[in-house]
Formats: sequence, C-alpha cells, structure tokens
Amino acid sequence: MKILIKNVRIFDPASGIDEEGDVFIKNGIVSKKKEETRNIIEGKGLYLFPAFIDIHTHIREPGGEDIENFESASKAAVAGGYSTIFMMPNTEPPIDNDGMVRFVVKRARDVGLVKIYPVGAATIGRRGERLTDMRAMIECGCIGFSDDGSPVKNPRILRRILEYLKGTGIKFIEHPEDTELSSDGSMNEGSLSNKLGVPGIPWVSEASVVIRDILIAEYLSSPIHFAHISTEASLDLIQFGRKRGVKITFEVTPHHLLLDEDNVKITDSNFKMNPPLRSKRDRKALIKALKKGFVNAIATDHAPHPLYKKELEFSLAPFGVIGLETAFSTLYTEFVRKGVIGLNELIEYMSVKPAGIFDLKTGMVRDGAPADFVLIDLKKKWKITEDKFHSLSRNSPFLGWDVYGRVVYTIVDGKVVYKEGD
Amino acid sequence: MGNKKLLDRDGVRELIGSLASDIINRNRKNIKNICIIGIRNRGDILAERLAKYIYKETGIKPPVGAIDITLYRDDLTTIGPRPLIGPSEIPCSIDNRIVILVDDVLYTGRTVRAALDELVDFGRPLRIELAVLVDRGGRELPICPDYVGIKEDIDKSLNVAVYLEELDGEEGVIVKKEEYGKV
Amino acid sequence: MERFKQKHLLGIEELSRDEIDSILDTAIIMKSVLERRIKKVPTLRGITVANLFFEPSTRTLNSFLIAERRLSADTINVSKSFSSVLKGETLLDTARNLEAMRVDMVVIRHSVPCSPHYLAERISASVINAGDGAHEHPTQALLDMLTLRERFGNIEGLKVSIIGDILHSRVARSLTIGLLKKGADVILCGPPTFLPEWFEDYGVKITYNLKDAIVDRDVIYVLRIQRERQDAAFLPSLREYIRYYSVNRDVLNRYARKDVIIMHPGPVNRGVELAPDVADGPWSLILHQVTNGIAVRMAILYLLSGIGSSGGVE
Repeated sequence: MKILIKNVRIFDPASGIDEEGDVFIKNGIVSKKKEETRNIIEGKGLYLFPAFIDIHTHIREPGGEDIENFESASKAAVAGGYSTIFMMPNTEPPIDNDGMVRFVVKRARDVGLVKIYPVGAATIGRRGERLTDMRAMIECGCIGFSDDGSPVKNPRILRRILEYLKGTGIKFIEHPEDTELSSDGSMNEGSLSNKLGVPGIPWVSEASVVIRDILIAEYLSSPIHFAHISTEASLDLIQFGRKRGVKITFEVTPHHLLLDEDNVKITDSNFKMNPPLRSKRDRKALIKALKKGFVNAIATDHAPHPLYKKELEFSLAPFGVIGLETAFSTLYTEFVRKGVIGLNELIEYMSVKPAGIFDLKTGMVRDGAPADFVLIDLKKKWKITEDKFHSLSRNSPFLGWDVYGRVVYTIVDGKVVYKEGD
Repeated sequence: MGNKKLLDRDGVRELIGSLASDIINRNRKNIKNICIIGIRNRGDILAERLAKYIYKETGIKPPVGAIDITLYRDDLTTIGPRPLIGPSEIPCSIDNRIVILVDDVLYTGRTVRAALDELVDFGRPLRIELAVLVDRGGRELPICPDYVGIKEDIDKSLNVAVYLEELDGEEGVIVKKEEYGKV
Repeated sequence: MERFKQKHLLGIEELSRDEIDSILDTAIIMKSVLERRIKKVPTLRGITVANLFFEPSTRTLNSFLIAERRLSADTINVSKSFSSVLKGETLLDTARNLEAMRVDMVVIRHSVPCSPHYLAERISASVINAGDGAHEHPTQALLDMLTLRERFGNIEGLKVSIIGDILHSRVARSLTIGLLKKGADVILCGPPTFLPEWFEDYGVKITYNLKDAIVDRDVIYVLRIQRERQDAAFLPSLREYIRYYSVNRDVLNRYARKDVIIMHPGPVNRGVELAPDVADGPWSLILHQVTNGIAVRMAILYLLSGIGSSGGVE
C-alpha cells in the first residue's frame, strides 16, 4: 500500500519542519525513498499535520449503542482529524475487567478507522471501593486508569491505586471533583448561578481534590494526570506541586478554553457539562497557561448524549458535550487566527504533547515514522451545524459558529480513513 | 388632508344643550331616578356636561358615572397587544334606575353592545336609554339611539373625531381621512 | 403609555419599569371588577389556560384559578400526582400535549429553575411563571408591589428589608429586582448560609444582623423558613434561627419605626420567622397581599392574552 501526497504544506512541530513538499507513505510508514504509485493525493493548498490524539473520549458502547458506538465514534474522530482516541471506562457495564478491555480492543480493530485505547476503571464498578485487576487489564491493552465521571472519593483507595501502578509505567487519570461540594449543582457557582437560582458547582470542588491528589502523589512519588482542569486555583496548585517535584500532567478542554459561564444559555443544556463553564477569570488563567506551555494536552471530553436526554430543563439534563469534530476548527479560528497561540503550539497540544504523556508515537514526517496524518484546508470557512456531525449525538455548544479549517483527509497507519465529502 | 369640520365649539355646546333638554322632556316625572353613565374616553365627559345642564334646568343633579368597556370588547382576540384599561366608576346602585348611557360617536354599535353587557353586571336598571353626540350611521348591530345630537352618514373610510375641552384643550367635531380605530 | 408587548411573564428581570407600572395599573382596574356584584368579565372567553403545578401550592393555584375564571377563561389543571409526569413524561411532552389540545396560555410552577423559560422557547402558548425553583416568582413580587403602592402611593424611595432564607427564595429574588427597578432601597438579611455575598451584585446591602434590617425601615418583608433546611446544615437549629432572626414584638418595639409595615408571602410559620402577634397584628398587610394576588394575576392574564393567543400581532 503506497500513497504519495504531493505539494502539501508539511507542518511538523516535532521535527521543526514547515515547508511545501511531498510525503511518501509505504506500508503505514513514512519513507524517504519515493516509489511509483497511482495513489496520489494532490495536497496543493492543504496543510499536513501529525494527526490529533484525544486522550479523553466517551464512547457509549456497551450500554448506549444508539448514542455513540464504536462505528460512530470512529467516524467522528477521523472527521475531526484524530488518529487516536482514549476511551473512558464509564460505559454500562464499565470497563473494569480484562474481558471488557479485550472487547474494546476487538471492537476498535473491527471498525478499523481510528486507534482506540481503553482507559480502564481504577475501581470495580467505578464505585471507589475495590481495585480492578489492573495488571491483567494492562496486559490486554489498557493505556491508563480512571474512574472518570467520578473521582476516587476515598483518599486511602487513591493511595492504593497509585501504589499499585508503580513500576507499570501506566498513569492514573483523576476526575478532580469533590461531589459533596458539587452537590446538586449544574453550572459554575457564582453571581450568575445565584441570580438564576440554579445550584452551583464551586471552583473549590475541583481544586480541593487537585491538591489532595498532588499531596498523595508526592507522598508516594507517583505520577498523576488530571482530566479537564477548569479553574485558576487548580493551575496554581499544579504549579505548586510541580515545584515540589511531583510529576503532574493535565489536560484542558476546548470548551473551557473557548467559553465561560457568561455563554451559558440556561434554556439550552448544550452548555451543561462537568466541570461547568467557569468564570471569565478561570478561562483567562487557562488561556494564559496554554500560552506559557504549562498545559500538557487539549482533550475534548467528548461526551455524547441523545437529544431526548439533552432536551430537558437545564438542571435535569445530563452533563457533557461532544467535541471531536469541532476541537481543531474552533481553536484554530479563535486562538491561532487571532494570534493567541501559534499554529505549532495548537498542533503540539492536540498531537505531540498528549502522545508524550502516554508514551505514544505520533505521525512524523521522518523516515520510518508512523504515517498518522491529517490534511487540513485552513482557509476553508464552514458553519458548525447539526447535519455536519458524524457522531450519533448533536450536543455541541458550538452550534451556529462560523469557523475556519476543514479536515480534508485523515490518514491512519498509511491508510486514508477519512476524505471530506465521502 | 381634506379634513371637514362637522361642528365647531358652539355647535357642540348647542347640541349638548339640546340633548339635555330631550332627556329632561322624556323623563320629566322620573328625573330624580336617572343616572348618567358615559363610555370612556369622551362619553364620560359628555355625561358630566349633561348632568350639569340638567341641574341648571331642574335643580336636580343626577349621579354621573363612567365605564370602560375594554374588558367587554368583542374584538379582543384580533387586535393584538392589549389596550390599557381605565376604571369603571358607577356612582350608585343602578337597580331600578333609568340609566342614560352616553357616547360621543355612534357607529357600528359594538361599543354600545359591550357597554350594555357591562352595565347589567352592575345591576338591573329599570331601563337604559342611549344618548350620542354624533350618529354617523354604519350600524352592524340592531342598536338605535334614543337621543341624537346630529345624524349624518359618513363613509367607512373616514374617521369622526370629537374634541372636548377637558381632554383635548379644544372643541369640535372633525371628519378625517386618517385611519380609523386608534384606541 | 405604550401597549404591553410581552408574550410571556417569565420573571421580573424581563420587565421594564414601565411594564411593571402597566401591570399594576391594570391590576387596580381588575381589583374593582372583584368588587362588582357580578365579579366576572367576558374578556378571555374562548381562551384556555392550563395550570401546570409540579410543586404543591394550593394558594397560588387557587389564586390563578380565581383570576382565570373571573376573566371567563377555560381552565385545566395538571398537577404532578395526576399527570403522566410520574410515568416519565417530560415537561416538554406535557406542554406539547396541552398545546395539541389548543391551550393558549400555560401557568407553570416547577421546582426546576428556569423551566418556564425553557418552555417559552419551545411552545407557542404564552407562559406565565408561577414560581421556578429558587429563581423567580414574578406574580408574587407584583402583588407585593401593588400592596406597597396602595399603602404608600409610591414605591420609589421606600426602604424595604427582606429577611430570612434569601438563598432558596424566588420571592426574595423577584421582589428585590422589582423594588430596585422601581427605585426602592433594599436590605437583605439572614444568616450567612442563607445569604451568599453574590446578592450584593444586585445592588443591595446585605446584613447578617437583624437589627440593621429593622431600624428605620418602611417595610419588613419576612420569608418563610423551611424546616428541612436544618438537615442540609444550613441552620444549626430552628431554635437558634428564632433567637437571632425571628421578627417579634420585642424586636419591633426596640428597633422599628412606629409605622413599620410587615409583609410575608405566606404561609406563615407562626413562632418561627414571625411571632404570631406580629403576623396577625395591625402592622401586617398579609391579607391585603392575598387579595391583590388575584387582581395582579388577572392583569397579567389580560395583558399577555393579546400576544400569545390566536389573536394576531399588529
């Protein structure tokens, strides 16, 4: 299997390349030596980036096949330019044993579009009581552990999880939230939630768990990864932890970077997610951290819900928004085009850096590197509308946005898995 | 705009005088039992003037009231935003009284219909008589005035505007080409 | 004055000062209708109003029912215990079903904040908020403002204190917004767990000290205390609340002006937030509030029916 991509703008921050040229792929690997092939992609006017890696995706299979199954999630991922996604374990039943891990690996391979790595539950049933068979799960292909959707409430259990993972090279991913403090909240707690009479989720419900986890990780000399960091306080605490030598990595979501509580439309549950859209101040702090290179990854927290569940009053609707198909375009339009961060930084946050956290290889334009690429027309303007999604769900807070940058091809292991318009 | 003056100040006053005389003549024996109720926004002013006139002539001041018929209109479902309502003030029990209902212009009869409906919610009068300053024709309901100042058939496309000093600072009746129905 | 152009009554937040005045002016007319021999006008004949009450409330429901019937509207009531809500039907399902039955106006009381707003965007009928969670209770605030206007002639410059569980109170929120729009001076008072500092963002003073909310005020508005709040640790005990925040004769004698007025949205927990002799004493306007409730609701039904029902818009 050979592909020649001609006259494409090669943009690879990892190897520092930014030039127009050809890329030749053979057997899923980049090859310096070009060969004859009829399989030619005309890349004029397109950028070639290492394909994106989303370390935080919710696929609803098993249990919610009509909401997002392996086929639909895979299609959504490649349409968004992703070659690799991590699947969170909060399915029904959850991914809390090696049999479930095998199931995910098999289903992903059967669909064969995108690489799907399962994140296993750290505790059985995600109940925070007994540890899962983590070694067996790692052996079957688990990339990390998390009770995401819920925190590990009990600090003693958290301690055991981090201890047990020592020496495996596998990370624990915390969903940092004190659910007692969040209580029945459904948006950021503050002046706005108070005015609307809507119970709030205070920033301290995130930050208090962040500092608890940092101290436990420090005590055990274990690394820790935080999912969807949304508050200024958490960033300060992470900085504090890093100064003390704790190996902390964390991700932020596109919606927390692009929206804040003032964007919440209280009659539209597409603005309801957990953590909630925070204050302007929190959002500014996240952007500042992004600009300083303090952030380790942008991850979507893609959380599909069907219309019949989202079409409820704000307080009753489930948390979560989809993100795989809008992440690049929204961030490129709002951040890169407006000069907040450079194109290379965005590509690093969406591909190179997340790969680094979990020791994955990304696409690189170097002899022998895996051919995971995305080709994007940066000049192409499009409107985010419900009919454009490949996901089975439509719960996006970005509906109606005019954005730039359309994925034209996604190539995974040298195979074209997405072509715009197909 | 081709406005036509139907009555000037003196004309209006003269007509009010003659309306009052007619009311006195017809109700001479019962003048103590009449009550004059005007339909807002100008019938109530006319009612007040009629009462004064009757007092001057007979020494008896009939009680005067006002009704706002908005809540009884038959076109509420079609007119869009609701008009603001004025108060209805009925000065005495109207049971077994002779009620003289007063309006400035009688046209389709729908306003009078609404006023009759409203009046009977306040009590059961002996009878109700209708007095109007101008009868412009164009009735859409079987309603016939008992006292008429001036009767003149006016085309549908025209608007008859009554001006009274108390409300408008000037006095007269003008036929206008403007659109009808400013409430 | 401009005609009333709102289609829904979702909150006091959405009303302009002039619109508040229009409602109160109209309510005064409606009040006179209630004094007639036949206390009914044909105004809303042919209009159907659905009362969706997902929270128990006999008082507000009855007040709306009387208002609707005085205006000759047809009414249907949906309450939680009778509706399909218990069978898993959503609010939107319920409302769309009613709409298919050609309901023109929907009065909704719901524990979920902003559910009337949610509904208003999704159905064509007019929506009237009869209380949504801790968010707003606009008809209560309007009837309170009518009561104040009748008593004082003018709301501007009035000094009003609202005392109690401000955090969970939709009445406090609606009334505060309304009073501020009408130029009154507002103090909110309660224990800190019931009074987060975010309330300062309304542009009012907040105090944890009852005395500060009593001295030199024209009106003391006392909120109902829900006994369940102790369980969620908002209050140590009712005993402690009564000791520091109950409005009783002793507190009034010591700190209040002689001509102070006491109001309460009802039903009163006598002996908790209000001493019995204060609730039933000469200061109290509580029963005036109830009468005015019907008049205000008639005014709102009348004004909204021009936009929401089958009648066209100009």
